[in-house]
Amino acid sequence: MAHTLPALPYDLDALEPHISRATLEFHHGKHHAAYVTNLNNLISGTELENSGLEEIIVAVAGDAGKAGIFNNAAQVWNHSFYWQCIKPAGGGAPSGALLDKINADLGSFEAFVEQFKAAGATQFGSGWAWLVLDNGSLKVTKTPNADLPLAHGQTALLTMDVWEHAYYLDYQNRRPDYMTTFLEKLVNWDFVAANLAAA
Amino acid sequence: MPFPLFTRFLLAGLTALCLLLGSALPAWAEFSLPPLPYAVDALEPAIDATTMTIHHDRHHGAYVANLNGQIQANPSLADLNLNDLQAKISQFPVAVRNNGGGHWNHSLFWTLLAPAGQGGSPSQDLIAAIDRDFGSMQAMRTQFEQAATTRFGSGWAWLIRKPDGSLAITSTANQDNPLMDIPGIERGVPLLALDVWEHAYYLKYQNRRPDYIQAWWPLVNWQEVNHRYAIATSGR
Ligand SMILES: [Fe+2]
Ligand SMILES: [Fe+2]
Repeated sequence: MAHTLPALPYDLDALEPHISRATLEFHHGKHHAAYVTNLNNLISGTELENSGLEEIIVAVAGDAGKAGIFNNAAQVWNHSFYWQCIKPAGGGAPSGALLDKINADLGSFEAFVEQFKAAGATQFGSGWAWLVLDNGSLKVTKTPNADLPLAHGQTALLTMDVWEHAYYLDYQNRRPDYMTTFLEKLVNWDFVAANLAAA
Repeated sequence: MPFPLFTRFLLAGLTALCLLLGSALPAWAEFSLPPLPYAVDALEPAIDATTMTIHHDRHHGAYVANLNGQIQANPSLADLNLNDLQAKISQFPVAVRNNGGGHWNHSLFWTLLAPAGQGGSPSQDLIAAIDRDFGSMQAMRTQFEQAATTRFGSGWAWLIRKPDGSLAITSTANQDNPLMDIPGIERGVPLLALDVWEHAYYLKYQNRRPDYIQAWWPLVNWQEVNHRYAIATSGR
């Protein structure tokens, strides 16, 4: 089963000025696309050829000999998820059951913001910041490179790509500015709330 | 670009002030950002001036500042030079490893670059060692390119001289380097280094890391590589 690159859920310039058209062209059209192509090449002719994406990720997680498959499969998953975590005119604060759960498990929305930014800032090198559901509780985590909550028995609710390619054309070394914009202008809280409801 | 000039002016001013007052530099100024050994546009068009400015002033500058920020919590840092720190890095918190590595790696990286046509060529001794251990210069280059291309995420590719005298191509994640006493790192004296963090090439090459690697070869300062090899060999 060949894996395919999902279309962006908005136009390439829909996130301007926060994330530029150029960034999305490269990030989706080159980086995400390359992970899809690499994954299909790596699993072709193997026992994973007909497996679903999450099935592949779980099957090869922690297997050093299959790091190439894991990295590309996980990056396909991470990026498909990331595009849905942001939207034009997003950001702000969540409401309803999601906000109640954030208040209950993390103390307050402000505490979540602080933890999420700290996770993104301290993920040294390339990686991701996450809001996950772990044994029924919300947690803020970070993962290096391609690693993801699925490999740790957690359910992803929200992610922020902190590979430099996610923000370098628009923010260069200023990762904190990208993170602030991500939270204030881009997060799709409806998607996060739906993930929580489905978990 | 007023920023680098301003930064240099500030650092020069601080140093002058300390000299004037007869005081040592404050502890947080223990490690300092070395100036680039050439103009920011000297490596154009392969590496553009904007990339050099941000890479040196902001990225390297932040590693220096963050390393100095660790001195208070790790006072023994003040007694170590940057080189000696690398071989003891496992004794320190990860913030020292990341920023101490980032400072050492970038300080080396700038010296290993030269404007195209000004870097000289590999010495007879180095060529002989490369032929001995890789078969040919081309084979070494191919292995180096492979290491640089396949480093997933952020990191570095290296040509090192191992303790047994042989040369090898390695790669490290993030700001680790071959001098570090970290399990899993193949250790040796770095002779040649390439930064393959996306910040090193993204403004000009975006996702095309292989193009950056090809554009980088003509910028190698072989005189410095020769010098490093001669020192590493004589120290045997
Ligand atoms: Fe990405
Ligand atoms: Fe760098």
